[in-house]
This record gives sequence, C-alpha cells and structure tokens, in this order.
Amino acid sequence: MSAQSLPQPTAATRRLPRINPVYVLVVALILAIIVMNPAFGEPTGYMNFLKRVTALAILSAGALYVIVSGGFDLSVGSIMTLTVIGSSMLASNDPNSTYWIIPLMLGIGAVIGLINGLVVSYLKVPSLIATLGMMITLNGVAFMWSGGAPRGYLPDTFRFFGRYNITDIPVISLLPIAVICLVVFGVILWWGMHRTNFGRMLHAVGDNQQAARLAGVPVERVRISAFVVSALTAVLAGVILGGRAGVSVDIGSGFELQAITAAVIGGAQLLGGRGSVPATIAGALALEAIFTLLNLLGLAQPVRLVVQGLILIGAVAFATYQRKRAGR
Amino acid sequence: MQKIILAAAVFGMLTGAAFSQAPNFDDPAEFAKQRDQLTATFNGPADQPYLQYAGDSMADTASFKKEGPWTVCFSNAGVNNPWRVVGYTDMTEEVKLHPEIGTFTHVDAEGSDDKQIADIDDLLAGGNCSVLIVSPNSTAALTPAVEKACAAGLPVIVFDRGVTTDCPVTFVHPVGGYGFGIQAAEHIIANVPAGGKVLMLRILPGVDVLETRASGARNMFKEAGLEVLGEEFTDGDNAKTKSIVEDYLQRGTIDAVWMDAGATAVAAVEAFEDQGVDVPVVTGEDQQDYLQKWRDLGFKGIAPTYPTYQWRTAIIAAVNTLKGEQVPSPEWILPQPAITQDVLDQYINEKMPPLHYAMCGCEDMPNYPQAWGGTE
Repeated sequence: MSAQSLPQPTAATRRLPRINPVYVLVVALILAIIVMNPAFGEPTGYMNFLKRVTALAILSAGALYVIVSGGFDLSVGSIMTLTVIGSSMLASNDPNSTYWIIPLMLGIGAVIGLINGLVVSYLKVPSLIATLGMMITLNGVAFMWSGGAPRGYLPDTFRFFGRYNITDIPVISLLPIAVICLVVFGVILWWGMHRTNFGRMLHAVGDNQQAARLAGVPVERVRISAFVVSALTAVLAGVILGGRAGVSVDIGSGFELQAITAAVIGGAQLLGGRGSVPATIAGALALEAIFTLLNLLGLAQPVRLVVQGLILIGAVAFATYQRKRAGR
Repeated sequence: MQKIILAAAVFGMLTGAAFSQAPNFDDPAEFAKQRDQLTATFNGPADQPYLQYAGDSMADTASFKKEGPWTVCFSNAGVNNPWRVVGYTDMTEEVKLHPEIGTFTHVDAEGSDDKQIADIDDLLAGGNCSVLIVSPNSTAALTPAVEKACAAGLPVIVFDRGVTTDCPVTFVHPVGGYGFGIQAAEHIIANVPAGGKVLMLRILPGVDVLETRASGARNMFKEAGLEVLGEEFTDGDNAKTKSIVEDYLQRGTIDAVWMDAGATAVAAVEAFEDQGVDVPVVTGEDQQDYLQKWRDLGFKGIAPTYPTYQWRTAIIAAVNTLKGEQVPSPEWILPQPAITQDVLDQYINEKMPPLHYAMCGCEDMPNYPQAWGGTE
C-alpha cells in the first residue's frame, strides 16, 4: 500500500522518449495533410510547401538567436518589408542590379541589427520596446521611400531565390532554389548556435546574465551579435519572400510574431537560455502546416482563426508540460 | 454555470452582430440600379470621364459663391494603399489647374475614424476653409462629423466612401461596388462553361464597397450555375494569395479566379504559372502589373475599375460650388468602365510604376507622367 502511494517521477520521465514534441507535431500534421490530399505527397506538393515555409523558417531560426540571448526582436518583419520595398525601388527593372542590391540590403540589415543591439545593451532599453520602436521607424522609412506605392518591379534575377525551381531531377523531379537556401542557411544557423563558442555564450547570457558576466562572457558583444544575426536573416527572408510573391507595401507585417511563435512551438524558452535551431525550423513547418491543413479542411475563415489559435496554445502548453515532467 | 451564460451571451453578440450587418450588403434594388448604370449614357464630354455624370438632378450653389483666393480643405481617410496614392496625386495635380485655389489644406487621418473626426473638428475650428472635401474612413462613424461641418455653413463635398446624410452639396463616386463585382462576374460567366469552378479571392470582410462587390458576383455565379470553390481572404498580401491558389490547385482544377480588387491578381496568376498549369480566367483591376501580365501571358483577363479620377472630380465639384455653378447632386455618379481585351493595349504604359492605376483620367495633365512616378 505505502509503496504504491509513493510518487515515482523517474518512471514517468522514462515513459516518454526525450524527443521534442514539435517533431511529432510536424509529422502528424504532414500525415494528416497527405491523408486529406494525396497530391501533397507528390514532389510539386511538398516542394511547394517547403518553398512557402522557407522565409519564415530562416527568419525564425535567426530570431531564435535573440530569444536564446533573453530578448525579443520585433523589428524583423519591418526589415523584410524594407528589404522588398528598397530592392524594388533601387532595382528599377534592371536585372543586373541584383548583384549589388542584395549585399547592400544585407549591409543595411547589419546596421539595423547593430543599432538594436547597442540600444538594448548600452542604453538599457528593454528589447521589446527598442525593437518595437525600430519596427515603427522602419515601416515609416519603407513607406516614405516608396511613397505608399512601389515604383519598380523586382527583376527576375532577384526573384530567382524565392521563385525558381531546378527541374528534371531524378526522384524528387524538382528542387526549388528556396529549399536549397533553407538547407544552407539552416545548417549555418544550426552550426552557429550549437557548435560554436558564440552559441554557448548566447545560451549562458540568456540563462543568467550575471553569471555569464562573472564567467567572463562579453555579454554586450554577444547580445549585439545576436541582434545582427537576427536582422541579417530578416533580410534573407525578405529576399526569399519578395522573390516568391513579388512586391507589396506591407509584405513583412506579422512575420515578427510568427517567428516568435515558431521558436516557441519549437520549445524555445521566451526569457532566454534554451532553444534549438532545428526545432525552430520544425516549428515554422508546423505553423505553416496548420494553415495548410485548416485550408484543406475547407473551414470558414473565422473558424480557422479560432482553431489556429487553440492549436498554438495547445502545442506550447504541451511542450511546457512535457518539459516540466521531464524535470528539465 | 455563470461561465456558460457568459459564453452564450458573447456568442450571441458575435453572431447577432454578424446577422444584423449582413443584409446591408446584398440589396437587389441597388444591384439592379448599378447594373443599369454600367451601360447607361453619361452626360458630359466623353473624352473627359471625370466630368461626366449620370442623371439630370443638379444642385444650385449660388449661396456658396465666393471670391477667390479660396482655401480648399481636404480631410482624407488615408493614403495607405497604392490606389489612394494615385488618387491623391490626381487630386494635387488638379488643384494646380485652378489658380483661384489659394491654399490647399490636406489632413491625413491615417486610416483612423477617431483621427478623422478630430481632423474635421480642427479644420472647422480653424475657420479658414472655404469648402470642405471629405473622403470618409468609414460611413457610420464619419456621418456626425460631416453633419457638423454642414451645420457650420460650409459647403461639403464627399467622395469615394459615403456618409448617411444628404447635407453635403454632393457625393462624388463611380457606379459602385455591385458594378465592379458584376463586370468581373459577367466576364467569368461568359468564358467558363456551366458547372465551372470559381475561386473568389477577397481582401478582407466588413468593408461596404468590398462586400457589395462580392455579394453581387456571388448571386450571379449561383444563377449561372457555376460552382464557387470558396471565398478566401488574402489581406491584400501577395504571398498569402499565392499560397491559397496553390492549395486550391492541389485539390483540383480552377476554371476562374474572381478578385474583389486587383492588387494581388498577379500573385494569383503566378501561382498557376509556377505550377505549370495554364492560366484560366483571372480577373483583376486596372493597375499596370496586372495589365502587363495579362497581355504577356494572353489569358482571359478583365479589369473592372474603381477609377481614381474621382479624386479630380472632387476638386472640380468644390471649384464649381465656390463659383456658384450647378453641380450634379445629391450624387455625382461617374462612369465606371472596365478594361477589356479590345482596349487593353491603350491602357498599358510600361513607363508607369507597376502599381499605377491606369484609369486615372490623368493623361491630359501637365505633369503626367512624372508626378505619378512614371518616366518620359
């Protein structure tokens, strides 16, 4: 009797394998989509899906750097908008302009990230406020630049990254350039976060800033670098999204929250100290898969919003619950 | 228990609100009226559509006659989309054509009802306005503000979206939302066999001029025996539009895409292009990127318009009022032509920006095309 009433936490942890629930979620959602729509199992189906998710996935993986360091970056959506609007204004339909426009945009992105980082680290403005201010400012800059209506197209050389597919490939038959970008930048961001000293310092700063400082981590430099990484990935995401869909005046709006959501679904801790790049990319896949699935179910838009919100809360609550049970 | 009652009350409020609003946007009498106006003959010079008007009812404005120079005040809902940017350019260029206008005061409400109400109050309190032009952000919220301006003795000109009072001198607008929906739907019905599948793409719910576009078209598809695959909201976002069309394409064929506004039409066309599927009937609007895509790919397009030249007409109505000349009233209804295949080439101008709205009636103005961002 008495033995039975004793709590046995260790047994509970062993019952569930230590796999991040986001992967289970993604697989379940993808299977559900394939059941609903077998065409999704064809290369055009899943490749289109991956192509669509690339911008958000890269963006989320970059935003994760700031989240792990214990901050938020709300300016990423507006950086995407600025990238697309700015590129269309500068390109003025000249296909050769792409070669200098993308590096220029990356430069602008780096400067924005640097300013975000400096304001947060030295002026001690909370990152939520600093990047919110940056977001409003950049949206204003993009609007002023374009006068509310963009004056140029994005040339095909620019849209190459987000729009074009390599065709006639055996087995998968087609491979979007965007998917190659996803893999390349995903690996780079994974390596930076999980295989370098910088990644370890990032976790240390987010987990306990004071302890990290005492251990000799250059806290300010690490945090500034995180904002720069985040801003650079926002530019890349802007290039890919603009490539996929073309110019609109508010193309990046809402992406900042989607990126944070993807990271959280992937198990990142909002106040810093933990997060995984592959799981965040899986979080982005899950988010997009939810949209696709609800669309396939043919639910009316308002019902879809409700279900979407509930699934998001449920997924994060489940992840938190599992982590607690695992005592991590 | 309390929670259940509360939940039920909230649910009731939500659905009740939805039901109480829905009928306003599906008015058979207004639908029939606009359908007739699309093909009606308009008074005035045919080569200057911004001066044309339907009907013969005029307002006598002798009491508002005033010596120049005038101060023309304009309370604008916003310049927050490319259509309004083009329209506002039409307007500022029109102002330059009238030397009697000494000052043109523009206040931008940035898409907020509250700000626009405050803006109008400020303009009235300033006491400098000879005439007040209002492009309301929303109908119900701005009605009291417009009434207040009328009560202050100012001549008021309303255009684009309306208000529910007839105190203004006139309300300038093209035929209307039903008309837009009808033009696009008729084109689809003529080009798709019975039983064909139509995807309806809309920007967002709840805006009167957009709701009427959709409700008119929906009824027509039903009558013609076409199947509406779905009504989806794109938020005017290209990426979302493309995703929605791709998803529908995976589930089956699409015979036509009906759009309530053209800003994302090119994204919808690209979804077909990128899947390697022939582009079916895709309706759009008069912005350059769609017109050029339509010409280049040769699909069956049509561009209903909501002409930006109404922004010119608002200034002309104000000037005529201050001169004491007659003004079409209580409504100045402008023609609302659709760009069809036959006339497509004459509206394409590669030197204009991609989101320039071709039906601007601005080609005869001195600063065209530079002021609209075009190149010589």
